[in-house]
Amino acid sequence: MIGIEHYVVVSSILFVLGVLGIFLNRKNVIIILMAIELILLAVNINLVAFSAFLGDLTGQIFAMFVLTVAAGEAAIGLAILVIFFRSRGTIAVDQVNRMKG
Amino acid sequence: MIHIIAFYLFAFVTLASAVLVIMARNPVHSVLWLILAFFNAAGLMVLVGAEFIAMLLVIVYVGAVAVLFLFVVMMLDIDFAELRAGFVRNAPLGLLIAVILAIELFVGIVANSAGKAALGTPDGAGVAPAGTINIEAIGALLYGKYLFLFEAAGIILLVAMIGAIVLTHRQRKDVRPQNVADQIARRPDEATINTQPEVGKGVTL
Repeated sequence: MIGIEHYVVVSSILFVLGVLGIFLNRKNVIIILMAIELILLAVNINLVAFSAFLGDLTGQIFAMFVLTVAAGEAAIGLAILVIFFRSRGTIAVDQVNRMKG
Repeated sequence: MIHIIAFYLFAFVTLASAVLVIMARNPVHSVLWLILAFFNAAGLMVLVGAEFIAMLLVIVYVGAVAVLFLFVVMMLDIDFAELRAGFVRNAPLGLLIAVILAIELFVGIVANSAGKAALGTPDGAGVAPAGTINIEAIGALLYGKYLFLFEAAGIILLVAMIGAIVLTHRQRKDVRPQNVADQIARRPDEATINTQPEVGKGVTL
């Protein structure tokens, strides 16, 4: 029978893949954003699985809020990406020092 | 039996397409693999009876976020081969950190199943009332106990929308757009003049 452990294993592998994606594609900010989406998906699977196995819907409510924040983050991230590309002509982000921070 | 087969199918395809998201050469392919990963994650959620979140995942991610990614990837003229230059150089460190992270997570899972840490018991506020389907129970909870959080989520989306518009809006110098306010403010007496020119002299404007 499929237990909570199965879901936790799947979501932890998904989380690790997301982290690995950030490290592998350090220059390409589009892939980095997609890797962040994978990490948030792993979190969502975890929340929903625990919510279902505990018989408490709060986890699913919070998965919805994670979804909301992820959508907002993707929109803002891509908007920043577009204006960065407009001013620099590239999206290589490994050596971004525009703001001299 | 079918439940177990479905779980392994969804889990395998989710993880395989997640690998392809981060390994694909072409970011357009990455976005398409991301869509497949989200579909199969939605399948995993349906399996545990969370239909509403599963459908939300498909609608929000596949319908909105993935299309946004596709738009941006296809709209910008980017040399993707150059962006992959550090891929091999970054691989050892990335793999090392990923393996360490994976081992830590699995040690945690194994230790938990060996010692069975108490998950705690829910306080009963989120228990679905008997006889309700998933979406009814979520609606009752969302518009009841979590109403203010729900409205805060709406404000977050509003801020994200305004932020994205403000960030990407630009005033172009090389075009002359229609200025509606100027046109409406124009009056006949300042736009036209009556003159009586002498024959053969013409008028000065």
